[in-house]
Amino acid sequence: MSALPDIRSGRLTPEELAENFADLHHPLDRFEARVAAERCLFCYEAPCVTACPTSIDIPLFVRQIATGNPLGAARTILDSNIMGGMCARVCPTETLCEEACVREAAEGKPVEIGLLQRFATDSLFATGRQLFRRGAPTGRHVAVVGAGPAGLACAHRLAVLGHEVTVYEARDKAGGLNEYGIAAYKATGGFAAAEVDYILGVGGITVETGKRLGRDFTLAELTDRFDAVFLGLGLGGVNALGLGDDLAGVEDAVATIAELRQTDNLATLPIGRRVVVIGGGMTAIDIASQAKRLGAEEVTIVYRRGPEQMNASDYEQMVAQTDGVLIRHWLRPARLMATDGRLAGIAFDYVEERDGRLVGTGESLEIACDQLFRAIGQTFLAGDLGAGLIAMEGGRIKVDAERRTSLGAVWAGGDCVAGGEDLTVAAVEDGKQAAISIDRALKAGMARVA
Amino acid sequence: MADLSVRFCGVKSPNPFWLASAPPTDKAYNVVRAYKAGWGGVVWKTLGEDGPPIVNVSGPRYGAIHSQDRRVFGFNNIELITDRPLEVNLREIKEVKRDWPDRALIVSLMVPCTEESWKAILKRVEETEADGIELNFGCPHGMSERGMGAAVGQVPEYVEMVTRWCKQHSRMPVIVKLTPNISDIRKPAEAAKRGGADAVSLINTINSVMGVDLDTLTPWPSTDGMATHGGYCGPAVKPIAMNMVSEIARNPETHGLPISAIGGIETWKDAAEFMTLGAGTVQVCTAAMTYGFKIVQEMITGLSDWMDAKGYASADDFVGAAVPKLTDWQHLNLDYAVKAKIDQDLCIQCGRCHIACEDTSHQAIMKEKDGQRHFEVMEEECVGCNLCAVVCPVDQCITMEPLQAGAIDKRTGLPVGGHRTWLEHPNNPMAQNPRGPAVLEPAE
Ligand SMILES: Cc1cc2nc3c(=O)[nH]c(=O)nc-3n(C[C@H](O)[C@H](O)[C@H](O)COP(=O)(O)OP(=O)(O)OC[C@H]3O[C@@H](n4cnc5c(N)ncnc54)[C@H](O)[C@@H]3O)c2cc1C
Ligand SMILES: Cc1cc2nc3c(=O)[nH]c(=O)nc-3n(C[C@H](O)[C@H](O)[C@H](O)COP(=O)(O)O)c2cc1C
Ligand code: SF4
Ligand code: SF4
Ligand code: SF4
Repeated sequence: MSALPDIRSGRLTPEELAENFADLHHPLDRFEARVAAERCLFCYEAPCVTACPTSIDIPLFVRQIATGNPLGAARTILDSNIMGGMCARVCPTETLCEEACVREAAEGKPVEIGLLQRFATDSLFATGRQLFRRGAPTGRHVAVVGAGPAGLACAHRLAVLGHEVTVYEARDKAGGLNEYGIAAYKATGGFAAAEVDYILGVGGITVETGKRLGRDFTLAELTDRFDAVFLGLGLGGVNALGLGDDLAGVEDAVATIAELRQTDNLATLPIGRRVVVIGGGMTAIDIASQAKRLGAEEVTIVYRRGPEQMNASDYEQMVAQTDGVLIRHWLRPARLMATDGRLAGIAFDYVEERDGRLVGTGESLEIACDQLFRAIGQTFLAGDLGAGLIAMEGGRIKVDAERRTSLGAVWAGGDCVAGGEDLTVAAVEDGKQAAISIDRALKAGMARVA
Repeated sequence: MADLSVRFCGVKSPNPFWLASAPPTDKAYNVVRAYKAGWGGVVWKTLGEDGPPIVNVSGPRYGAIHSQDRRVFGFNNIELITDRPLEVNLREIKEVKRDWPDRALIVSLMVPCTEESWKAILKRVEETEADGIELNFGCPHGMSERGMGAAVGQVPEYVEMVTRWCKQHSRMPVIVKLTPNISDIRKPAEAAKRGGADAVSLINTINSVMGVDLDTLTPWPSTDGMATHGGYCGPAVKPIAMNMVSEIARNPETHGLPISAIGGIETWKDAAEFMTLGAGTVQVCTAAMTYGFKIVQEMITGLSDWMDAKGYASADDFVGAAVPKLTDWQHLNLDYAVKAKIDQDLCIQCGRCHIACEDTSHQAIMKEKDGQRHFEVMEEECVGCNLCAVVCPVDQCITMEPLQAGAIDKRTGLPVGGHRTWLEHPNNPMAQNPRGPAVLEPAE
C-alpha cells in the first residue's frame, strides 16, 4: 500500500458537476406523454394498480393524460398518493407497477408509468393549483413525529379529514429522506421542498422543526396532550463494519449523501480518488454513483453476496454501472489497512454460500482505496421512544394492518415499522392508512362522546 | 410476374392505381410527378365552366382525426373544384396526355345543370385527347349549394339526364362519380347506367363536422370564427365505401357495370379488397395527400406479390371474386356456431376480454380460477359474437373456433352443423317451410 490517500474537493469543473447532477430522466413532453399514454390497455383490475403500494388508479390517470386532461390525471394520482410527484422520480418502478404491467409480459416494454406520473404531477405543480382543502375542523388534534414521507402523508390525510395536526421534526427541514437522502439527480430543482410546501398548502398542519422526540419531549407527553400520535421516525442509525470504523477516510454513506443534498456548491465536497463502497442496497448504489459523478476515478461496490441478492434493482445497478462503477460480489470485509493513521485500503475474504450461511473460501483480496463508504443498512433508534413502552419486532416498531402500535392512541409507519419495504411509496401508504385508521378511531370516539 | 395492367371501360392503364380528382391532380406539375412516381392514371381535379375563377376560402380548408401519434385516420375538406382558369387546365391536360400516352388521364367535370353548359365543356375537353371524363356528382359542400355536385348526385333523375347529355355530346367514356350522402347508393348507380354511363366511381366525400374547439366553442375547421360542414374521407371511410361498391356490384340492375373504387385506400391490401368486391380500378386521394406519391410503389409491389402468391395472372382473375360471398342477413346459416377460445400461452392477462363480455356482452369470460387471475371462456354462455377477440390486444390470442358438425352447442343445447337460414327457421313466424328444433328462452 504505497499510494498516499487522496481525498479532495473540486475534482470536476462546475459545468461537469452541473451535467452530472442533472435530472436522471428526461421528462416527457406533451406529445411524448400522449404517445406513451396511448400504449396503456386500460386493463381490467389492472395488475399495475395491485403492484402499486398506494394503489393509484393507473389506467384511469394514464387515460386522462391520453385525452388531454393532465390535471385530472394529477388529481387521480394525488388522491391515492400525495407524494405522487416524488414517487414518480424515486420509485423503483421496474420492480413495482412497471414490472406488473401486462405490456412488460407481452413485449418486455411496459407502459412508462413513472414518467407519465411525473408528467401529470409536474403539469399540476406548474399551474400552482392547490387541489386539496382542509376538511371541516373536527376539533381533534393529532401529533405526528417525523416529517418524512410517512409523517407528511399522514398529516395531509388527517388535515383533509378535518383534524388539526402538529408535526415535530428533529431536523431543520421537513421532508425526511426526500430532502436528505434521495440521490441528487433524482430530485433536482428543489423538488422535495416544493412538494412539502404543496402538501402543507392544504392548511391545518403546523410543522415544528428542530423538535426531537426523546430529547425535547417524551411520548407520554404527546399522548397526554394530543388525541392521537403518529410516529414516522425513519431509521436514525447506521450499521457499523466493526473493523475500526473511526479510521480517517471511513465514512457513513447516509451522512455523506445528506451533506451532498444540502450543499449549494458540489465543488466543495471532498471525494476520494479511489473509492470503495460496502453494501448492496439503494444507498450503496447511490453513494457510488454520486461519488463517481463528483469526480472519483475508481469506484467499486463490494457486496458479500451475489447479484440476485442485492436489494438494489437491476435497473439501479445498471445506472451505477453506466456511471462506471464496478460491482464486485462474494467478498466480505476482513480488515482495514491504514497508512499514517489514514485509510489506505481494505482486505476482503472470498466467501460462498453453504446451507444459507456465508463461509470463507480461504482466499482473500486487497483493494487499495482512499475513501470507504459504509452502506450496510440503517437501524431504528428505539431509544427515542422510551424504554419498553411499545412492542418491537426485529428492532423496529410492531404495527397491525391499520398501522396501530401496541400502545393505545399511537400509530406508526414508514421505515421505522417492522415488515416494511423501505421505500418512499410504502412510507406514504403507511401514513395514509394510519390517518384513515386514526380518523375512524377519533370519529368513533366523538360519536361516543356525543 | 403478374400483369398489373388493366383496361377500364376502354381506357388502358399500366396498373389499377389512379389518383382521385383532388389537389394531387390539380395541375400538370403534380400529375407529371405522380406519373413519374408510377401512378397508372389520374382523374384531373374537377373543371368548372369558363368564367371568373372559383374562389376558395383562405382559412384552413382541411381538418383531420389523428391517432395519439398523429397518424391521419380521417380527413375532411371544404375545398371547391379547381380555382385555376379553364384554359390553362385544358392546355396542360393536352400536353400531359401527349407526353404520357401510356397513362390514363380522365378529366373530372362539374358545370351547371343545363344541356348547353355540358355541351360546351365536353367539346373543349374532347380536344385535349384525354381518355375520358368523370362527372362530379359528389362534391358535398359549396358547389352543392349552387345546384351542382351532390345536389345532382342525390337526385337519380338528374344523374340520368346529365349522363345522357354527356353520352350524346361526346365520344369519350363517361364515368359517373357518386355521392355517398344518399340513403340507397343503388338508385343513382342505376340511373347512371340508364343514362348510358360506361362506369361509376365512388365514393366522393361524406358530409362531416370534424370537431368543436372547446375553448372558442367553434366547430372546426373554421374560417374567421365560422365553420361549415365538409367532406370526410381517408381510412375511416373505407368500410362505408366498400359497402357501397359491393351494393352496386351485387345489384342485378347494375351488375357488371365497371366500378372505380374510391374511399380510404392507403395500401395494396385496401386496393385488392376493393377489387375483389368488383372494382376495376381504385382511386386514391387522402393517402397521397398524407404521404406523397411514393406510396404507389408499395401498392404496386404489394399487389404484384400477392397476385404471384395466389397464382393470379391478371386482375381479371380476382376482380369481383368476393361478390358472390356477400349476401343478405337472412341467408346466413343459423346452425353454424363458433366459440371464443383463449390461448393461455399468448394471454397477457389484461382482462379486457372479460370486462367487455361482462359489462356489454354475455358474461362468458371468467376472471379467476383457483384464486388466480385467469381468463377463460365459458362455452355455456358464449354466443360467439367475437367482441372479446376484437378487444384483445394480442393478435391471434383469442380465436373463434367453429363447433364440429354434430356437436351440441352448450349454450343452446342444440346440435350444430346443419344448415338453416332465417327463411327456414322455426323461430321465424313467416317461414314457409320451417324445419328442425326451435331456439328456446334460456332456462332462468
Ligand atoms: C440513500 C438513500 C436512498 C434512497 N433512495 C430511494 C429511492 O430511490 N426510492 C425509494 O423509494 N426509496 C429510497 N430510499 C428509501 C426512502 O427514502 C425511505 O423508505 C423513506 O424516506 C421512508 O420514509 P419515512 O417517513 O419512514 O422516514 P424518513 O424519510 O427517514 O423520515 C423520518 C423523519 O423523522 C425525523 N425523525 C427521526 N427521529 C425523530 C425524532 N426522535 N423526533 C423528531 N423527528 C425525528 C427524521 O429527521 C426524518 O425527517 C432511500 C433511502 C436512502 C437512505
Ligand atoms: C381536398 C380534397 C379536394 C377534393 N376535391 C375533389 C374534386 O374537386 N372533385 C372530386 O370529384 N372529388 C374531390 N375530392 C374527393 C376525392 O376525389 C375522393 O373521392 C375522396 O377524397 C375519397 O378518397 P380518399 O379516401 O382516398 O381521400 C376531394 C377530396 C379532397 C380531400
Ligand atoms: S398494466 Fe400496463 S397496460 Fe395495463 S393498465 Fe396498467 S399500465 Fe396500462
Ligand atoms: S365471443 Fe362474445 S359472448 Fe363469447 S366470450 Fe367472446 S365476447 Fe363473450
Ligand atoms: S383480452 Fe386477450 S390478452 Fe387480455 S386477458 Fe383477454 S385473452 Fe388475455
